[in-house]
Amino acid sequence: MVKLKIKDVEFGYSNMPVLQNVNIELAESEILGVVGPNGAGKSTLLRCIDRILIPQKGCIMLDGRDIREISRMELARKIGYVPQDGSQIFPATVFDTVLMGRRPHLGWRSSERDTEKVLETLKMLNIEDLAMRDINELSGGQQQKVFIARALTQEPELLLLDEPTSNLDIRHQLEVMEIVKRVVRERGISAIMAIHDLNLASRYADRIIMMNGGRVYAEGEPSSVLNAENIRHVYGVEAKLSSHDGRPYIVPLRAYVSANR
Amino acid sequence: MASISGTETVSGTEKIAEIKAQYKKFVGRKILFILFSLALIFIIAGVSVTLGSYPIPAMEVYSIIWHGIFQSVETREEIVVWNLRLPRIITGILAGMGLAIAGTMMQGILRNPLASPYTLGISAGAGFGAAIAIIYGTVLIPGVSTTYLVIANAFVFSLIPVFVIMGLARFRKATSELMILAGIAMMYIFSGYIHLIFYFAESEAMKEAYFWIIGGLSRASWDNIMPMAVMFALCVPLLMWKSWDLNVMGAGDETAKSLGINVERARLFIMIVACLLTASIISFTGCIGFVGLVAPHICRIIIGGDNRFLIPASGFFGGAFLLGMSTLGRTVMAPVIIPEGVMMACIGGPFFFFLLLWRMKEYW
Repeated sequence: MVKLKIKDVEFGYSNMPVLQNVNIELAESEILGVVGPNGAGKSTLLRCIDRILIPQKGCIMLDGRDIREISRMELARKIGYVPQDGSQIFPATVFDTVLMGRRPHLGWRSSERDTEKVLETLKMLNIEDLAMRDINELSGGQQQKVFIARALTQEPELLLLDEPTSNLDIRHQLEVMEIVKRVVRERGISAIMAIHDLNLASRYADRIIMMNGGRVYAEGEPSSVLNAENIRHVYGVEAKLSSHDGRPYIVPLRAYVSANR
Repeated sequence: MASISGTETVSGTEKIAEIKAQYKKFVGRKILFILFSLALIFIIAGVSVTLGSYPIPAMEVYSIIWHGIFQSVETREEIVVWNLRLPRIITGILAGMGLAIAGTMMQGILRNPLASPYTLGISAGAGFGAAIAIIYGTVLIPGVSTTYLVIANAFVFSLIPVFVIMGLARFRKATSELMILAGIAMMYIFSGYIHLIFYFAESEAMKEAYFWIIGGLSRASWDNIMPMAVMFALCVPLLMWKSWDLNVMGAGDETAKSLGINVERARLFIMIVACLLTASIISFTGCIGFVGLVAPHICRIIIGGDNRFLIPASGFFGGAFLLGMSTLGRTVMAPVIIPEGVMMACIGGPFFFFLLLWRMKEYW
């Protein structure tokens, strides 16, 4: 079944087009990886899906309903968003940060049930030891897990992750991706992640969208999208590809020096 | 992935219970601090009411307060206690609480630790309004009592920065950067105007206006307490109601939106209510600054950033703080009374430095 349908979406800042003619469909229980060079429009796309930005043209349908017709609170119960940078100015404990994910579900105060949900999620991500620590004192990897925990306590049907593995060491990268994969399988939700690391995308995404200059350049299974030809055209990089567990494995070799890129 | 599924099942439930207990303890500590601050207000008020240049024994003061509730005030002692000391104390508590809560909200919505009624131009606006009323007022509208003209003018002008910010928000997104820069610009503009009219003013009128701007509780009276108390009772519940949204907004606009908050609208709403609260206080007291900047920070150091607890905590603490400074100001050089605005900055400032050095690192 189609969970999310993005139809003819266009978005731009004043005269600068960022997204052009974007059409994407997402099935239930699917992980969609969005790859592409810096400035390709990956983050903008995620922000449009969560209605943080509103496209000038086209529409985005969640379960067949236009997201513009869904109230922000209701949307927050359906879509969880993990931003790239979740910096916090004032002190907040990890527990309270994750508890914020319950905001769309509650009124003025939190109940015992919300506390349980927070603890459950912390435990699932193996960060319960951090519960009473200040979020600003944690490492980048730990913070990233906290933000994912916050999005998960929202109990969303669709999870949006903006570069969830940037700034993380390889161990944290794998942990975070495994968590996403597990949650998608266990809860039957869908996920879209913008990601730079092509090998992580190849390994964890069910399907990949390769974006270039605000447009969808290629779409399909990792093995069909991640090939030397596409990587050369979109990134201007010569790459060697091999296969690992049936998925493409990319070794970037060198950047093309070319005037028309 | 062994690293993820490999939680030790033995200690799993124990650990959860331990975190729960820790969290309860943390919440308990916050509530304790709120109660402590509230108690502090009563203690300082209890001491403060017995002090003053007109000597009245402490026990007699309390009996005067008690009897004054049931019968009208007649003797000289009764007038001193009921019409001079009590209004000053109550105004001090209300002003301290209101300014501290407004400061907490402004720092929260603007995600900026420097935000306060001072930095947003509200105080400068009020000062300018009062200055033109004092210096030109009686000439412009004869017949209207100057006292009320000053209050009304200060109130109207202190709201100008809010209207400017609201106006800007119609054309551009109400981001925190826009608001704080607009506020600082307003502060400079009004300060410039104040200096301009001072430059051409007569020295007597200028002195009076200058005293107003320093800020203090010397004009406190029951008549002035009423409108302040009404505004306080209207604004504070509204702000408390938004405390959860304020928490979420602390994580940044995008996150707050994704958690269901209409960020621009919530920010504008809180801004307007906090400004109204501030304006209703400083139009009676003059520009008592600092408490609005510092009380929220001191409370954050002690109880952390959860606004559901921070708002009442910094309110009570701010009330106690201003009242304490006021009491000191009345006593250190008695019978000379040092204005609260001056005491606040001279004593409160070093105290804040001390706290910054000594702060509990974990929560701030």
